[in-house]
Amino acid sequence: MTVFLIIIVIALLGVTFWQMSKVLQLSKPKHTDDSQIANNEDNRKQAYILIAFTVFLYGLMLYSFWNHSSYYLPEAASEHGQSFDNLMMLSIVIIMIVQVITQFLLHFFAIKYRGEEGKRALFYADNDKLEFIWTIIPVIVLAGLIIYGLFTWSDIMNFDEDEDVMVVEIYAYQFGWKARYAGQDNVLGKANVRFIEGKNTLGVDESDTYAEDDKITSKLHLPVNKKVLFKFRSQDVLHSAYFPFFRAQMNVVPGMITQFSFTPTITTEEMRTTEYMTEKVETINEIREERSEDLMAQGDVALDPYEFDYYLLCNKICGISHYNMQMPIVVEGEEDFKQWLAEQATFEEYMKD
Amino acid sequence: MSATANATLAHDHHAHDDHGHHHKETFITKYIFSQDHKMIAKQYLITGIIMGILGILMSVLFRMQIAWPEESFVIFKWLLGEKYAPDGVMTPEAYLALVTIHGTIMVFFVLTAGLSGTFSNLLIPLQIGARDMASGFLNMLSYWIFFISCVIMLSSLFVESGPASAGWTIYPPLSALPEAIPGSGTGMTLWLISMAFFIAQSLLGSLNYVVTVINHRTKGMSMTRLPLTVWALFITAIIGIVSFPVLLSAALMLIMDRSFGTSFFLSDIYIQGEVLAHQGGSPVLFEHLFWFLGHPEVYIVILPAMGIVSEIMSTNARKPIFGYRAMVASILAIAFLSTIVWGHHMFVSGMNPFLGSVFTFTTLLIAIPSAVKAFNWITTIWKGNLQMNPAMLFSIGFVSTFITGGLTGIILGDSTLDINVHDTYFVIAHFHLVMGISAIYGLLAGVYHWFPKMFGRMMNKNLGYIHFWITAVAAYGVFFPMHFIGLAGLPRRYYTNTAFPYFDDLADTNVLITVFAIIAAAAQVIFLYNFIASMFYGKKATQNPWNGTTLEWTTPVEHVHGNWPGELPTVYRWAYDYSKLNQEETDYVLPGQDFVPQNVPLQEHEEELNH
Repeated sequence: MTVFLIIIVIALLGVTFWQMSKVLQLSKPKHTDDSQIANNEDNRKQAYILIAFTVFLYGLMLYSFWNHSSYYLPEAASEHGQSFDNLMMLSIVIIMIVQVITQFLLHFFAIKYRGEEGKRALFYADNDKLEFIWTIIPVIVLAGLIIYGLFTWSDIMNFDEDEDVMVVEIYAYQFGWKARYAGQDNVLGKANVRFIEGKNTLGVDESDTYAEDDKITSKLHLPVNKKVLFKFRSQDVLHSAYFPFFRAQMNVVPGMITQFSFTPTITTEEMRTTEYMTEKVETINEIREERSEDLMAQGDVALDPYEFDYYLLCNKICGISHYNMQMPIVVEGEEDFKQWLAEQATFEEYMKD
Repeated sequence: MSATANATLAHDHHAHDDHGHHHKETFITKYIFSQDHKMIAKQYLITGIIMGILGILMSVLFRMQIAWPEESFVIFKWLLGEKYAPDGVMTPEAYLALVTIHGTIMVFFVLTAGLSGTFSNLLIPLQIGARDMASGFLNMLSYWIFFISCVIMLSSLFVESGPASAGWTIYPPLSALPEAIPGSGTGMTLWLISMAFFIAQSLLGSLNYVVTVINHRTKGMSMTRLPLTVWALFITAIIGIVSFPVLLSAALMLIMDRSFGTSFFLSDIYIQGEVLAHQGGSPVLFEHLFWFLGHPEVYIVILPAMGIVSEIMSTNARKPIFGYRAMVASILAIAFLSTIVWGHHMFVSGMNPFLGSVFTFTTLLIAIPSAVKAFNWITTIWKGNLQMNPAMLFSIGFVSTFITGGLTGIILGDSTLDINVHDTYFVIAHFHLVMGISAIYGLLAGVYHWFPKMFGRMMNKNLGYIHFWITAVAAYGVFFPMHFIGLAGLPRRYYTNTAFPYFDDLADTNVLITVFAIIAAAAQVIFLYNFIASMFYGKKATQNPWNGTTLEWTTPVEHVHGNWPGELPTVYRWAYDYSKLNQEETDYVLPGQDFVPQNVPLQEHEEELNH
């Protein structure tokens, strides 16, 4: 693959230079016009190339959308994610309409009104009505988008104190994540980096009674259809907790606690069995098998086959291993979740161990 | 055609003339410590081009790593050495350093200094009819401070612990703690010092530009007759003066945190088995300070390109720019709004969500003046007589990439949608198209257009065409597909995507992007060859090769100190009298010539339109 691509690049470069020398040759003695200013001939030729370019541009847009249909993010697995997806779809439709029209006008005019000797351009300097039209149309469209966006934003971000939520702390460090469940009392024990000592790697305050039933895990399990309030804490540098499948993200800032809440709606099992995901995982495994063959030929270990899991990843540059700071997420039925949580040791038990 | 244009050269020979061309110039005063704005413009341009080559080369290197992760390349071994590419495989340290320095060089050294530095210096005095900048000495000083800043930045590439690697936004604590990443040692110190010098040069330059535009306009050159280039450069300078000092203060506070134990940005940090003494600071404060410059900065980058494109489009369409007043008003609106939108970089920073709403509102407002500009450019070429010079093609390319890139800003500026595309490749695609590629197109258009003014020779147009078409195809090839891998949730600044099997099926798209990037970079060699060869062997330029109306085309081809050998020209009209007809509409205002230079008095029965 690599070699093939390198060959393509070299070949394309070769064609470039060949064309260049040809053009140079052609441009030399034949014509007497060596003013280096575009003449009739140039205007015509460049307009033709511009037609080809316009075709390329629209082709590229189509190709990109078509290509995207095989790897887009699956439908949102959270409650607010639905409204996120709707707003995103609406915005993409609007901007693509504008894109298609304006690019067409730009390229069409550039082609149609190419220069010709003796042609007269229209002296047309101003038109208040036109200016007004294309001020007011963006104003109306944007006003709609802003209002829709702001309603969605406040729905997502504003958190009602009285709601029945499960509190989970997401703790970030170079280069990994930990989850701390608030336990029976649903209140997280106090914590600060200054309490970090020995086994107490999250710096939980041992003297705080709220901390006793907290449960620290390195995998994040979430019950489906239950609102979770995440509190984020970092021990060293900025990180960003990014949950792409749930349309959620919040920076993790040392010295302060940030928060984000969402309700997962699709369990891991359900997501795995959707048509889109089965197909995608199949494709990925084909790619991995191919790569494994190459690796084994070189005497390396083959890659594991892939099975879909939700994950949380770091999305703010945080150091050398930023690219591999992840935590798997399991969304499951309430019973399964309770059972799993019951198996985890409380902070008190963990410290005594 | 040129007969009438030459009327403009009818100098008043008994004019006073203590300006320069009698006193002797040595090599040093002419080429090195020159106080002549035209020479300083060339110095900025050439330095900018050299920095640009380095910046683009870096991008090719890290793109290769993204496309073919952890593969061995001989070129890595050559360029990065055994330490950063053992056996030719790039290390994560090297990757992050390349990404960081690429961003820094391109944003500041190429697109700020290289673009606005070059064209402000070249065009402001020439287009407003001034002998030189208000202070030639400060101008010289600003270039040489810029030069020092470049040298310091490049020298940081060679320090033992490596150059700054915390991303060009240098968010602390990562950038403050050498324990967090090796690049935050000496490399980061040098980065900050280099930036301090850079800010100093930017302020010296900007103050000079503002004073010159306000005080040194020639007779008749009212503000409403200024070419749009000058308007854009003038407003750019003002934004620079307002926002750069804030970055300086952020940099100073970061230096204090790093070296003198203060806690502006640091609090509650445990790193490498130790709790640091810092307490009470906030990294979010740094983000506010950084983006208070950082956002206006993108307009500092794009406004000069907008001005250049407006000018070139009008000249080559042989039509006045459509809606001159609206163009000026939108520049002012963009400049004002640019200073109150910085929070859209911080929707998920932990900032109060209410602030997010405010910044969404102000951010989406910027789309309005931007849309007005785009529509006005499109109307400018409507029913024109388009001269397809390379500069014109780059200007059309600018409008195209500016629209494509600008539209996705509507998604990123919306706090809700930003949640899931923040810091993904969607952002990279957006800002590279709207400010990276667009500004580069503006810069290249300007170079092709004003090359005859700078060097007295023409650039080869055929090479220009080849350069444009390869660049245009490859630039879209790089950045259009990139939006979609961002929408698929691929984060930026990842050394490799192989840690997530989920991303395996994006690999092909990443290879495609890298191949286009390599082609785009290679195409710049054509430009480089054309630039250097034309400088020495290009065809000698005529005085007004593009039949422009602005004052720079009334100066002699050979540079003289003081710009005009005789008296300064007087201005009688705006800069866009292209294809204006006489009263009977039988011919142009000046018979047989489709443009009226600014220094030609109103003809009989001619009306000055109230623009």
